[in-house]
Amino acid sequence: MIKAAVVVFPGSNCDTDCLHVLKDVLKVQAQFVWHKEGSLPEVDLVVLPGGFSYGDYLRTGAIARFSPVMEAVRQHAAKGRLVFGICNGFQVLLEAGLLPGAMLRNQSLNFVCKQVWLKTDTVDTPFTRNLKKDEILSIPVAHGEGNYYCDDETLKALQDGGQIAFRYSSATGEFGDEFNPNGSRDHIAGIMNEKKNILGMMPHPERASEGILEGTDGLKIWNSLLGTVKN
Amino acid sequence: MFKATINVTLKKSVLDPQGKTVLHALETMGFSEAKDLRVGKYFELTIDAADNKSAQEKVKIMCDRLLINPVIEDYTFNLTETK
Repeated sequence: MIKAAVVVFPGSNCDTDCLHVLKDVLKVQAQFVWHKEGSLPEVDLVVLPGGFSYGDYLRTGAIARFSPVMEAVRQHAAKGRLVFGICNGFQVLLEAGLLPGAMLRNQSLNFVCKQVWLKTDTVDTPFTRNLKKDEILSIPVAHGEGNYYCDDETLKALQDGGQIAFRYSSATGEFGDEFNPNGSRDHIAGIMNEKKNILGMMPHPERASEGILEGTDGLKIWNSLLGTVKN
Repeated sequence: MFKATINVTLKKSVLDPQGKTVLHALETMGFSEAKDLRVGKYFELTIDAADNKSAQEKVKIMCDRLLINPVIEDYTFNLTETK
């Protein structure tokens, strides 16, 4: 059986949603791990959930990255196992240097909470293997600091290395400022590390994983990574 | 004891929508003299160190490791000895 851990930081607030989807929808053996833990149980997948760890003080994710569990997450990732950071989890991964770049305040300065369209960029990765190139997903975002920034050199490396997983687009796949909810560079919604076993994304697939909610496109991502673990 | 005053600014290459909005508010208030504005951060840190040199080193490490994010921010600091 696939095993997963959901890390809980003080201020995480999507931890229960992630655990629910993993356990009750995907039938994965999942458990919470408190951020003070210096080690992780033997798991295939670690989820860093959304929320406002440490009240977003200093910078989003800046303090959580020093939680003891983050060293264990680093080691887990170094073994090639999967790490999935969603929203604040993505911000923590950036601050920890496990993914390149940084987050800035949304260009509008507003907290943005709405359904957005994502265009799948790189397929054949542990997180996107069930998706087709350019496939459009509808998944909600909810953040005040999701304006992804990196320098030109890093952006080129992300593009050339196929590290961009998802970009904000229209329902029909066009790019434009009107479809970019936060001003992210190159419309980036989610990126992976070079080895592609770490994904960080601002949209919340755990909020789009049951029919009773707004669509189930999030399941395509969850099922991709579960398929990766199974093989 | 030393007191460090640390100024943090967004790198020139990074857009500052907050600064732009505040500048726009100044313009709306009639301050046509206001031409450019960028919002930064300021820290006051009291630090126990043997001498100025080691205080400098410590502040630099603290800035680089936690207080600033080198991807988007630059910083400068001043150090004064206090009683």
